Amino acid sequence: MTVATIDVVPTELARGRGGGGPAPTRIVVAYGFWIFLLSDFIMFSGLFAAYAVLSDQTAGGPTGRELFNLRNVFIETACLLLSSYTCGLQALSAEQRQQGRFYVFAVFTFVLGAAFLVIEISEFAGMVSKGAGPSRSAFLSAFFTLVGMHGAHVTSGLVWLTYMVAQVVVKGLRPHVLRRLLCFSLFWHALDIIWIGVLTLVYLIGAR
Amino acid sequence: MLGRLSWAAIPLNEPIPLLTAAVVVIVILAVLGIITIKGWWPYLWREWLTSVDHKRIGVMYFVLALIMLLRGFADAIMMRSQQAVAVGGAQGYLPPDHYDQIFSAHGTIMIFFVAMPFVVGLMNFVVPLQLGVRDVAFPVLNSVSFWLTASAVLLVNASLVIGNFARAGWMGYPPLSELAFSPDVGVDYYLWSLQISGIGTLLAGINLVTTILKLRTPGMIYFRMPVFCWTALSSNMLIVAAFPILTATFAMLLLDRYVDMHFFTNTAGGSAMMYVNLFWAWGHPEVYILILPAFGVFSEVIATFSGRALFGYRSMVLATLGICVLSFMVWLHHFFTMGAGADVNAFFGIMSMIIAVPTGVKVFNWLFTLFQGRVVFSTPLLWSLGFMVTFVIGGMTGVLLAVPPVDFVLHNSVFLVAHFHNVIIGGVVFGAMAGYNYWFPKAFGFTLDERLGKASFWCWLAGFYLAFMPLYVLGLMGMTRRLQHISDPSWQPLLLVAELGAVLIFFGILCQIAQLYVSIRTRDSRRDLTGDPWNGRTLEWATSSPPPAYNFAVMPKVETIDAFWEMKRRGLTAVEPTYETIEMPRNSPTGFVTAFFAVVTGFALIWHIWWMVLLGLLAAAVTMLVFGWSENREREIPANEIARMERARLGLGRPA
Amino acid sequence: MDGDDRLLDDRNPGVRPEESVANVLSYTAGLGLAILLTIASFVVSQTNLLWAPGIPVGLIVLAFAQIGVHLVFFLHMGSGPDNTNNILALAFGLLIVFLVITGSCWIMANLNANMMPMSAAMPR
Repeated sequence: MTVATIDVVPTELARGRGGGGPAPTRIVVAYGFWIFLLSDFIMFSGLFAAYAVLSDQTAGGPTGRELFNLRNVFIETACLLLSSYTCGLQALSAEQRQQGRFYVFAVFTFVLGAAFLVIEISEFAGMVSKGAGPSRSAFLSAFFTLVGMHGAHVTSGLVWLTYMVAQVVVKGLRPHVLRRLLCFSLFWHALDIIWIGVLTLVYLIGAR
Repeated sequence: MLGRLSWAAIPLNEPIPLLTAAVVVIVILAVLGIITIKGWWPYLWREWLTSVDHKRIGVMYFVLALIMLLRGFADAIMMRSQQAVAVGGAQGYLPPDHYDQIFSAHGTIMIFFVAMPFVVGLMNFVVPLQLGVRDVAFPVLNSVSFWLTASAVLLVNASLVIGNFARAGWMGYPPLSELAFSPDVGVDYYLWSLQISGIGTLLAGINLVTTILKLRTPGMIYFRMPVFCWTALSSNMLIVAAFPILTATFAMLLLDRYVDMHFFTNTAGGSAMMYVNLFWAWGHPEVYILILPAFGVFSEVIATFSGRALFGYRSMVLATLGICVLSFMVWLHHFFTMGAGADVNAFFGIMSMIIAVPTGVKVFNWLFTLFQGRVVFSTPLLWSLGFMVTFVIGGMTGVLLAVPPVDFVLHNSVFLVAHFHNVIIGGVVFGAMAGYNYWFPKAFGFTLDERLGKASFWCWLAGFYLAFMPLYVLGLMGMTRRLQHISDPSWQPLLLVAELGAVLIFFGILCQIAQLYVSIRTRDSRRDLTGDPWNGRTLEWATSSPPPAYNFAVMPKVETIDAFWEMKRRGLTAVEPTYETIEMPRNSPTGFVTAFFAVVTGFALIWHIWWMVLLGLLAAAVTMLVFGWSENREREIPANEIARMERARLGLGRPA
Repeated sequence: MDGDDRLLDDRNPGVRPEESVANVLSYTAGLGLAILLTIASFVVSQTNLLWAPGIPVGLIVLAFAQIGVHLVFFLHMGSGPDNTNNILALAFGLLIVFLVITGSCWIMANLNANMMPMSAAMPR
């Protein structure tokens, strides 16, 4: 990797960040999507702030410690982390134009993401059936909204992945398809980053 | 079947809303009718509704803002009139229920559907031209952003005709905005419209940040960008950072109202104060989102009409970036009186005073630019001078309010109302008017009438001072904001002066309408044939007026700040450049169609028509999937076509 | 024209086509580190390994480390000049996240303490 050469490229010639003219489309699209992801982080921070403030407002109802099942949370975390890994390998296969391996890793990513969702939905359903639904208390409203919003993002991600696989099947690994796959993998990794926040602040600290 | 929608939603038993609604509906039908009869639909569809050209989208934003200014101003003059007459025993003509909707609609419309579209429209039009590029980073997304804003406008105005608007103020504080105290559709109209336009604004922010950071003409390093682009960058960075907070906050209030959650309710542990905190964490950056582009306009206008470069370019840039970061550290000053302790109040009070410093730097830079320049007192420059005086006064009252003990006396009085109108009108509106007069020839190919422009400025300036200076005095005398009835008759004289001010502003608006009408009628005598009517300094003046779809046939190579001034100084080359094929994005109906389904879904959500919600969401999803699958999104303009257009522009008669 | 002049371009966040082997190692190393940090988080939160009042801080530190692993190994955020825009955007975003969360917590805690209703002494 010729890092040294990059260091000495004068600003005048660098495209995008310097005076070399507009950046190539791939860079522009990826950067725009990166900015969108940062805005999504900030949206989650609003929900995190609400959760942090309301986490002890249990209104006489169940608390986190009573409700959270850390074994399930560990499995969810493992599923999401592994799906991030397979997503990375999926992205590499796509860049190397290895369509077969791309499909394999895409399926793994989907299955692991879906497993995460199944566990999460069953957790929610269990809580609701115990009378610990989102209307029970401010704490539970905040919990369901924060964790549920993350789950909704994961669901959209799975829909998007399916759509992208369809595009690869029909159109092949062309530049615009690759750009969108790049955006998808940024999205998927970002969701895992948000889950780290959820895991730590909601479950690990909350279950104590 | 139709949720909670019924015939009772139409305000048949309230004369004023009924009359207003009837007039609005008739006007809209008349406009649609005229377009149909004259056969303009194909032209409109092809050239405007499906356009992804940043220049067209910028113009549409601005037009939207001007129309909504009329609606917002109508609300304002209704309030002024009510307060001027409803003193002592008199009850005025607006019952409290209606008055509350008017002040809520006034604030919501003016901030979200006048001020925001003004600045986003100007940035959309000008930034790619100033950067020397052909369009923004994501043109179709740009169109989607505009049309989502337009859908939100439609929804808010629909509340005039079907149902009612919120009565909880433009901020929608719980518990008043919760279901228990606002069970009707008003707050839902407010929340869903703003969520829809919020998505549009966020996408526009992402678009412009990416454009400014990644798409510039060769040679344009960061410190050669025009100051307007720097302020546009900061403003859009703030949009990307702040609007998601509003989205989350409104989502939580919607969840409270729709599925019985308890974020901000009085029961089950909710905290209404949390809403206020999060709302203003968005709200304070929002005012900087509005003012920074206005500062950019003034920088451009003052430099151009002083005939010299802006004084202190670097300090302007640093001040802008400083304001950008500091704007996220002051938000508590909007609720000093909510009960925080002295340590928290002191911290935010001091930060609020510190943030005035970079703005002061800017004012001095503008003054020094004018000081040794050859000043031309054109309409845009008059607006800029009016801004400098007015905004400084407003800023000073802001620093006064930043002192917590003072704020304890003045919070929610009309002193506060006077302060924020002082800075928003003096800053944002004057900036929009300056930008409008300055860039109008670039957009349409002919200048605006100067005499009527100046007349409109003086009416606005005098009207503003008459309308709002009395409010400072009244605030100190103890008058609270949002009063439907005035119990202290000693306040009436000042309220009558304020009413006179509002009437003067009305004349200012009439002058502007006249200015537009007269300018269009006499446009042939005021054509801008050179593309550079003001002897400008930045690259947008290097194009024809209006510019071709591709802006620049060959992207200019930039070597200094004020690139066009430098090009003129060195003498434009007579050698014809080699033209190449240019790829431009095709028009797309995606924005318009998405907006249509946004309106349907929003309306259905407000009225609880659940099957329509599902259909609307499904249709929006299908639109996204169809757009996502599409190819062939670009069209090529061949080199000889470009050559032909450029030769016609430059008046060169050489054969192809 | 995407392939030419790559040295002159910024780097997009995420995978780059030409560094395949380096990338597989990067992902695998990232996965390994992330697994270790996750297990560490669970251990810290459920055992007495850390002094009890320090557990939340320890968990937050571990969370930041995990996020860092994701950013570096999965998103390939580096420190060269071609990455500056990405890092600056991230830094700005993280600053805002920090201000919103800590600012809100500080403000709300202060409000709750100062606005404690008389009935707060009674159970809800």
